[in-house]
Amino acid sequence: MNYKVIDGLQYTKKHEWVRREENSAVVGLCDYAQDKLGEIVFVELPDVGTELEAGKSAAVIESVKAVADLYSPLSGTVIEINEELLDQPELINAEPYGEGWVYKMEIKDENELAALMGKEEYEKFIVEEEEK
Amino acid sequence: MDEGRKTPFYEKHLALGGKIVNYSGWLLPVQFPQGLVEEVINTRKGVSLFDVSHMGEISVKGRGAEAYLQKMVTNDLARLKNNAVMYSPVCYPDGGVVDDILVYRVEDDNYLLVVNAANTDKDFDWFMENLSGDVVLTNLSPDYAQLALQGPDSEKILQSLVSEPLEKIRNYHFVSDLNLAGAKCLVSRTGYTGEDGFEIYCSNEDASKIWDAVWEAGQKYSLSAAGLGSRDVLRLEASMPLYGHELSSDLNPLMAGLDRFVALGKAVSFNGQEALKIYKQEGLTQKLFGLEMADRGVPREGYPVSDGESELGWISSGTYSPTLDKFIAMAFLDPKAVKPGDQVVVTIRNRSYGARIIKMPFYRRDY
Repeated sequence: MNYKVIDGLQYTKKHEWVRREENSAVVGLCDYAQDKLGEIVFVELPDVGTELEAGKSAAVIESVKAVADLYSPLSGTVIEINEELLDQPELINAEPYGEGWVYKMEIKDENELAALMGKEEYEKFIVEEEEK
Repeated sequence: MDEGRKTPFYEKHLALGGKIVNYSGWLLPVQFPQGLVEEVINTRKGVSLFDVSHMGEISVKGRGAEAYLQKMVTNDLARLKNNAVMYSPVCYPDGGVVDDILVYRVEDDNYLLVVNAANTDKDFDWFMENLSGDVVLTNLSPDYAQLALQGPDSEKILQSLVSEPLEKIRNYHFVSDLNLAGAKCLVSRTGYTGEDGFEIYCSNEDASKIWDAVWEAGQKYSLSAAGLGSRDVLRLEASMPLYGHELSSDLNPLMAGLDRFVALGKAVSFNGQEALKIYKQEGLTQKLFGLEMADRGVPREGYPVSDGESELGWISSGTYSPTLDKFIAMAFLDPKAVKPGDQVVVTIRNRSYGARIIKMPFYRRDY
């Protein structure tokens, strides 16, 4: 299987990614997850200002057949959401690491970020997942 | 992949990149790489090939077969001619639904029943329990493979493979011995997509060469393989019920709006007749309605529907409709409280989303 994993991002076991931007972090869904879900038709975003807790549901991503939670990789406050997704949820399928980003949040605890997987670790993790 | 039965087309699905799931004990493709949305559109505009070998087939033969079946199904088989197909619910005495099936009349007192995969064993037991006359029941399901060729280009593809003029097989009719790729098949003009199309029944041994012949003939058109996911969306767009959602032992066929398949005035009595007559007289507390979301949100099975204050019922099936580019659903609602055109509220994860009751079918093909 060929799933896209890119440099410079941190990854979770639930297939979310985080990109650090100075004091904030952009969060999205990995290529692996969007492929498993299939064509995404609806996204429920958190409100700006919502306090998120790492590992808890932050957004809901729905494909034609399935409903999936996006779990926040980090704890902190939502400072921006990708409103483009409300009309074009399929951006997550097309560009999961780019135009399909989901929300931006404050970083509250640097240790949470450091605990996530890097590119190579996540690539190994996907291979293991596929073998299950 | 967990154990499950493979159909004779399993290797074809793998070769085409189908994503395999276990559905009612069968390993079948839920979708192919082009994606569910494209599969739906291609079925509406071109043609798709579905493996539906999981469907069950039960042969009913012998003197008294018609009288026996008349007792078992709600529709009136007196109107069914040889080489024709009739859709019918099968009910318990209390009006609950055992299954919804297709009845093929091969010849006098010789029928083939096509039943839902998940219900095959249950149906066979139920039909055995009620057996009468010199009727012999045989569960042929393990021996039959089935393909559904669906979409406006279906006839052209199949016609290029057979000598008999297919325009002679009218909707809900069949031929039991069509020669296809050197094999004998039963071919009916039926389907579960709302499009013109055929269902091809053949032996497991002949299955592979029939797939290959249809596939090759389809290359001149836009034939592609389609999976269970798009099949479900297509049937929902065409507002066809699915057992386990719109029909079950707790739901009766009148609730699902299948009145025209329930011959309450049939000359002979049938299982469920008395109970269904009473439902009809006293009025139903829940009936199936079509919903279209006004707010963007995906309506799914089990979500509650209300008028904003009091609960009206629940969603039985819902989806994004690629054909209509809308979110649609079927819902059991109180018919005294609502009518088409009314605004209602669907609760999705504790939030309220506006929806409108609309007439079904959501989609109907042009002739």
